[in-house]
Amino acid sequence: MAIPANEPLVDRRQRARRTHWVLSFVLLAVAMLSLTTGATGMTLFATLSKVLAGEPLTQLEKIVFWDIRGPRLVLGLLVGASLAVSGAVMQGIFRNPLADPGLIGVGAGAGLGAITAIVLGGFLPAVVAGLIGYWLVPIAAFFGGWVSTFILYRVSTRHGRTSVATMLLAGIALGALAGAVSGILIYLADDNQLRDLTFWGLGSLAGATWSKVLVAGPMIGIAMVAALFLGRGLNGLSLGEAAAFHLGVNVQRLKNGAVMTVAAATGGAVAVAGGIGFIGIIVPHLLRLATGPDHETLLINAALLGAIFLLLADLIARVIVAPAELPIGIVTAVIGAPVFLWILLRRRGLVDL
Amino acid sequence: MSIRAQAISVRLGQNDVLHGVDFHAHPGEITAIVGPNGSGKTTLMRALTGEVPYRGKVEIAGQDIKLAPAWQLAGRRAVLPQAMTLAFPFKVAEVVRMGLMMGTHSTDPSLPSRALAEVGLAGFEGRYFQELSGGEQQRAHLARVLVQVWQPVGDDGPCWLLLDEPVSSLDIAHQLEVMGVISSYAQRGGGVVAVMHDLNLTALKADRMAIMKGGRIFATGRPNDVMTDAILSEVYGCRIRVGVNPEVPTPFVLPHTATLR
Repeated sequence: MAIPANEPLVDRRQRARRTHWVLSFVLLAVAMLSLTTGATGMTLFATLSKVLAGEPLTQLEKIVFWDIRGPRLVLGLLVGASLAVSGAVMQGIFRNPLADPGLIGVGAGAGLGAITAIVLGGFLPAVVAGLIGYWLVPIAAFFGGWVSTFILYRVSTRHGRTSVATMLLAGIALGALAGAVSGILIYLADDNQLRDLTFWGLGSLAGATWSKVLVAGPMIGIAMVAALFLGRGLNGLSLGEAAAFHLGVNVQRLKNGAVMTVAAATGGAVAVAGGIGFIGIIVPHLLRLATGPDHETLLINAALLGAIFLLLADLIARVIVAPAELPIGIVTAVIGAPVFLWILLRRRGLVDL
Repeated sequence: MSIRAQAISVRLGQNDVLHGVDFHAHPGEITAIVGPNGSGKTTLMRALTGEVPYRGKVEIAGQDIKLAPAWQLAGRRAVLPQAMTLAFPFKVAEVVRMGLMMGTHSTDPSLPSRALAEVGLAGFEGRYFQELSGGEQQRAHLARVLVQVWQPVGDDGPCWLLLDEPVSSLDIAHQLEVMGVISSYAQRGGGVVAVMHDLNLTALKADRMAIMKGGRIFATGRPNDVMTDAILSEVYGCRIRVGVNPEVPTPFVLPHTATLR
């Protein structure tokens, strides 16, 4: 028998579990930084000492911390986590590290759903509109994301094997189609709706309010909890659908659950923050390099690192041209696009596109 | 306690691949499925695992596998497919550990290493799976399959290894090593069904064999009884000569010298 070139066996699962804690602390630190950094120059420490000293906060301080930075922090956390987790789940289900909702048309589908809701929402019967209320846009985004993920999977997967080329090409086609229909709807929109659409389309956390948190929070929250139950099945699926079934995975249920999770997470994020790209690719990829591809730990770490990543990107977007701010999508793309290219170059020999 | 398949017919696309096949296998034995390319061996295997839609009935220990949930089947039988792909850069130990996924058997953390040692891959735990050679990958998958049903006889009866060409990409020494592991599993009370290509290895190691031709079972029985010049020549469509192994009373197979010209 050949003598194996034995590299020391590091149990990556242990390392990944330690990473949960490290990332949690980093997230806490970044959250503090995000709360204390901004155009007004107030610091958390000054405010905290004021509170502890029993002095009342000024009206301005209350507004800045509670009405502006607070919801922005929570929204950034939710959106960052959901983008990274939906990327990781999508990559698991497509068995490919290049699958990202933003790149292969799921984001565009969710966007089409959101735009449809904004433009045509007024035509809904009053009963239905009253029933759904604020949640109309995220629910529409969820359906848009669900339909596009479903179509994409059906088109690119035959007999349990996903063709990468078909997936990427179908994603481009779906994205273009969703973009075109969105364009028609924008053309039909009235002035008020155009204002809504413009704000929404900026792909930014600016204009975060507690009501937006309330709108996206439940859907993203459900998706994050659901993702926790997908880890084992996705590990099995990395051996292919048949092998996953032999290992005891209910493959059909896993796929349905994963597609719904991706749709809810992407839909929730797109509904409140527009299209923010690349987080779903960078975050899971970095984590796989650091702690391995085991989805049971990867999904948790992706949520944490995704939140960290988005809060940092938001911080950069706010600070770099203060007092104005950049759309956050620009920041994530400037970091993310080169990383994506790097993955492609590294894997060129391995993946036959 | 056995595997019973009754009147199994499978249609893939426009073609009928199996025509009402009856197949039995008993625990404590290795049952080999042999036959020429395209005779339906793999399709029969995939019907036994529940992977391909079929007409007819497959029972493991009296239970219809169509009615059993995936997790329950996973505690009963483990499957080694013919070809596999792996999507992400898992290490060998991580792949083998997937066999423990549904937790139906022991969750002993030393199990993956013990299984790897059984198939001759001791010390490979920390290597990247995709960097192994084809034969090493095949043995690592076998270790994963062994881990899934580690106890040949579980709490509710014997367990099964369903193996599609388990030694196809192995050298002769590793073929014997792997067949030894499989034999030991059967001797300890487990059941083994294996699709085989090497007739000599089948003659040495299998307790029973089913010889397939054109989507039907042509002959079944002990290797000594069914491996004859007439049956094998007919099934494979070339002249084959069967002799008796000088060491043990099992048949061995050679092409008829006329076919060598």
